[in-house]
Amino acid sequence: MNALSDAALRRLRDAADTPDLTGTKYEIVGRIGQGGMGTVYRARDRELGREIALKVVRLPEGAPDIAARMMREARTLARLEHPGIVPVHDVGTMADGRVFYAMKLVRGSPLHELSATSLAERLAIVERVCEAVAFAHAHGVIHRDLKPQNVMVGAFGEVLVMDWGVAKVVGDATSSLGVGSVPGTDNPAEPSTGHGVVLGTPGYMAPEQAAGEPSLVDGRADVYAIGALLRDLCRTEKDAAHPDGSRDVPRPLRAIIRRAMAPDPVDRYADVTALARDVAAFRAGDRVTAHKENLVERARRLAVRHRTPILLVLAYLLMRLTFVAVVGR
Amino acid sequence: MGSFPATRHSVVAGIASPDIDTRRVAFDALVSAYWRPVYKYVRIKWRRDREDAADLTQEFFARAFEKGSLGRFEPTRARFRTFLRVCLDGFVANEIKARGRLKRGGNVSFVPVDFAAAEHDLSMHPAAPDAGGASVADRDDDLFRQEWVRGLFSDAVAALRASCEAAGKTTQFAVFQRYDLDDSSGARPTYAQLAAELAIPVTQVTNYLAFARRELRRLVLERLRSLCASDEEFRLEARELLGTDSPPSPPA
Repeated sequence: MNALSDAALRRLRDAADTPDLTGTKYEIVGRIGQGGMGTVYRARDRELGREIALKVVRLPEGAPDIAARMMREARTLARLEHPGIVPVHDVGTMADGRVFYAMKLVRGSPLHELSATSLAERLAIVERVCEAVAFAHAHGVIHRDLKPQNVMVGAFGEVLVMDWGVAKVVGDATSSLGVGSVPGTDNPAEPSTGHGVVLGTPGYMAPEQAAGEPSLVDGRADVYAIGALLRDLCRTEKDAAHPDGSRDVPRPLRAIIRRAMAPDPVDRYADVTALARDVAAFRAGDRVTAHKENLVERARRLAVRHRTPILLVLAYLLMRLTFVAVVGR
Repeated sequence: MGSFPATRHSVVAGIASPDIDTRRVAFDALVSAYWRPVYKYVRIKWRRDREDAADLTQEFFARAFEKGSLGRFEPTRARFRTFLRVCLDGFVANEIKARGRLKRGGNVSFVPVDFAAAEHDLSMHPAAPDAGGASVADRDDDLFRQEWVRGLFSDAVAALRASCEAAGKTTQFAVFQRYDLDDSSGARPTYAQLAAELAIPVTQVTNYLAFARRELRRLVLERLRSLCASDEEFRLEARELLGTDSPPSPPA
């Protein structure tokens, strides 16, 4: 036969990758994106008449660990019912053996594509991320791949943490754990990550995670990644030229980032809740635990925080002075 | 088309086998998968004329078989495809240096290869020497890979056609051919148009297309697996091979 043209080859490569959803209630509408483990499609649930996101593992066979990881991700998500975590509706296996799961279709933008927002709004997003991750930690799940691409901000400001494909389940996942302070072990019932296997994204991965030592990875690895998220969100175009990317970032905020991203987990926040508290404190103009402020900084912070009563008192004093001056003449 | 080993034994492992018959079967499969990219690569990258490129292609495989050089591949260092291309570059460079070489490999024959057909494909290539194409030295691996992928899918499509004909599923293949394969001008037919054209219900178009695509995927992955030296290499190649960045077409 004649060789395939470039156009035909492209079509065939896509055709061979298109999920075979015969026998299911879903039909493909389009492709949303592609990750290491799977491809995410926009699909339609014919029975319920709604659009969903369908994540499909990319290899049908010879990669049982990847299929198992997908299943595990679906199960992990299914037990994390939180407004900040994308809910899973369904899981299954296609005719060609590929595993898929259906989840809520999130309409919005990933964090790295978010259009201009104020610093306060960006910090509020980080707080929402912290809430979702703290909830997961309380259920024994460590995300291990937090990055701007995995945080979606919806049209109404809702913040969702996505892609739990490399999440680690520690201890008994049905109990509540203070994961941040309890270095856990892989749940023996789950496919575990071997020593030397690095899962995560450079730039957001804690050093102990990048070293490929899963037994050393606990909730503080997520603290590190959220610190990196915070660093990115505080970085302006002007800062991009500076290696630490923090020229215009207020010192308390820089201290929060530094503590969250401390190379040694012991030096980081004990958990994401503590990190969220500091971010919220900064946003409210309160003192943050990561930064020891001097008198000038304290005075400036208090002046900013209490500027309305201070301005009222100053206005009152000015009026009194004016009155005394006029009457005394 | 050369025959692929029916089992999933790696061709790469087969070419290093001490057993001559095993090595021969594996080498046939290897030549079948790689002669086209090798020939086109020599024509475009090395800018050799047709006859010279055909000679070099045959000699490359013949020499590799005789010396067992491809059997020395180390999976930990590179993908097999990259290793083969590097070996080819070295071979062609040496051959060009020694222009007065003796013709070799005349007594070693592999699966039949159709250089005229490859030349026909090449005439449509933007970088073809006869088309006055630009140098592609900086895209060597892309060029080689693209032709390798083309060969892999061409083989899989041929196998799909053969299996459909053998199983009396010519309508299934016809649906696939019209929807996914045809390069005729104009837009792709809709499912309804295909149904009318082939006198089958629209739902059958969906089912037949799903069947053919599922089979194509199986055949491509089967071939790919046999050409990879390890699971890791298979996964890496499969990840890059399947799917493109273009959005898939919704059901028409």
